[in-house]
Amino acid sequence: MNIDHDKIFRSKRNKQNFAFWTFRILSFGIAGILFWILGFIVMHGIKVISWDFITKMPEDGMTKGGIMPAIVGTLTLVAGSIIFAFPLGIMAGIYMNEYAREGFLKRFIQVMTNNLAGIPSIVFGLFGMSLFVNKLHFGDSILAGSLTLGILVLPIVIRTTEEALKAVDDSFRIGSLALGASKWQTTSRVILPSAFPNIITGLILSIGRVSGETAPILFTCAAYFLPKLPHSIMDQVMALPYHLYVIATSGTNITESRPIAYGTALVLIAIVLIMNILANILRRYFGKKVKTN
Amino acid sequence: MLTVMEEKIASTEVPIIPKQEIPASNVVEQKIKIQTKGVNLHYGEFHALKGITMTMQEKTVTALIGPSGCGKSTYLRLFNRMNDLIPNVNIEGYVLVDGKDIYERGVHVDELRKNVGMVFQKPNPFPKTIFENVAYGLRVNGITDKNFIAERVERSLEQAALWDEVKDKMKKSAFELSGGQQQRLCIARALAVEPSILLMDEPASALDPISSAKIEELIYELKSKYTIIIVTHNMQQAGRVSDHTAFFYMGELIETNTTKEIFTNPQNIRTQNYITGRFG
Repeated sequence: MNIDHDKIFRSKRNKQNFAFWTFRILSFGIAGILFWILGFIVMHGIKVISWDFITKMPEDGMTKGGIMPAIVGTLTLVAGSIIFAFPLGIMAGIYMNEYAREGFLKRFIQVMTNNLAGIPSIVFGLFGMSLFVNKLHFGDSILAGSLTLGILVLPIVIRTTEEALKAVDDSFRIGSLALGASKWQTTSRVILPSAFPNIITGLILSIGRVSGETAPILFTCAAYFLPKLPHSIMDQVMALPYHLYVIATSGTNITESRPIAYGTALVLIAIVLIMNILANILRRYFGKKVKTN
Repeated sequence: MLTVMEEKIASTEVPIIPKQEIPASNVVEQKIKIQTKGVNLHYGEFHALKGITMTMQEKTVTALIGPSGCGKSTYLRLFNRMNDLIPNVNIEGYVLVDGKDIYERGVHVDELRKNVGMVFQKPNPFPKTIFENVAYGLRVNGITDKNFIAERVERSLEQAALWDEVKDKMKKSAFELSGGQQQRLCIARALAVEPSILLMDEPASALDPISSAKIEELIYELKSKYTIIIVTHNMQQAGRVSDHTAFFYMGELIETNTTKEIFTNPQNIRTQNYITGRFG
């Protein structure tokens, strides 16, 4: 039999090149789309960015002035929802991975957690309104908005915590238990510190999600126009994504406030980026600390 | 394949410990430290230990040998109840440590494990500093006195023959140590809580021959204070470090005797075949 090795190798190499270039182009394409969006927003938004823009109240029916109350509002909501969702989500994740036995109950909770992550955010908004705003009489407030957003990111926190704990080598658990440590001592002194850098990934994802959501705060917290800073957690606030929606669709003068809309979008993206960078620094810090704590 | 290679490596290695004609422990009258009576253990449907009855003397080294899957590691984990961590384990019979049944109701597993230390096959230091690794067992057992902890850490590291190598880098991560040093750190960690029994599950099998020899030397020295049970795949190692040897096969205890007897005059043909390398 005559085998044409040359032909076989050529065809092999062609296929390899084809696959390689397809994947390469697709990867660059995805990055390209992101840069296009970012570039578009930066190009249109950079003109209105100034110290005044981020430190002044909106003026003239939101066509002039700054967006300071919306910035403060978004930061408050991020902080509020994280304070609520993080301890709760981490505790749930610890229970699920370290304590819950394999079986129906654990599977059920996992499925429910995943389902919770799949619920449209407007449904969270309506749920938050009926429970926090009406039933518990929080009214439209930072408290109600933070709790609603907190529930929204709870599944993310639980899942990332579970995954982070699962990634910790079992030999640490066994080594600790073999020294007479209790399960809680093992979890809190060895497992959790090792898992913490990865748990912070959940923090990063949550921050992005909370900063950008509009629907959950629509009925629970966000103010259409409120040119003052909140005094307590029972106050309403403006928030960047909702403000963006308002001035882009239903403001007093949409054409005139268009540059402010781009500016708002840019500030929102910048805030998320800065918070992600800070969280990454935190993750590195804990990553380094974990080996020598 | 791997075991064959391991044993080839092991057989070329120079034994550091001089072979003793009669283990000293044989002459002195000994106290019974550990006893099992008719222990049966099932993993679900699998019958892993079949009616094991055996006695171990205080301050001796007992080697558990046998082919993979013979139950020797499972038997070892009986004594600090590490089998409890595996779901669907069912244990019958009696396991007595210092005359007390450790599977009785009301026995606190954490107290038992403080008394029965364990060293694992793969060195498993915690992601902490060298100091904190050794101090960990003390801290989780409620000791807070700084001077006491520092003293005990130093002493444990000395006992594990590691102090001189690490005394200047106690604040460094344990992961910066070599595999052999990590294993001695794990031994120091186990010794820090002052157990009376030390379980070792193939403690040298993941190490190079020199580190392996150091561990053996260490076992030999620790014998004066601790009752040691060691699982090993390495016949030469069993011969060098142990006073008594027990041969396991398919969940059964085939033969147990002084190491010298087992290696020079095995009573059972399967023991003979195994130690001469005809199977396993």
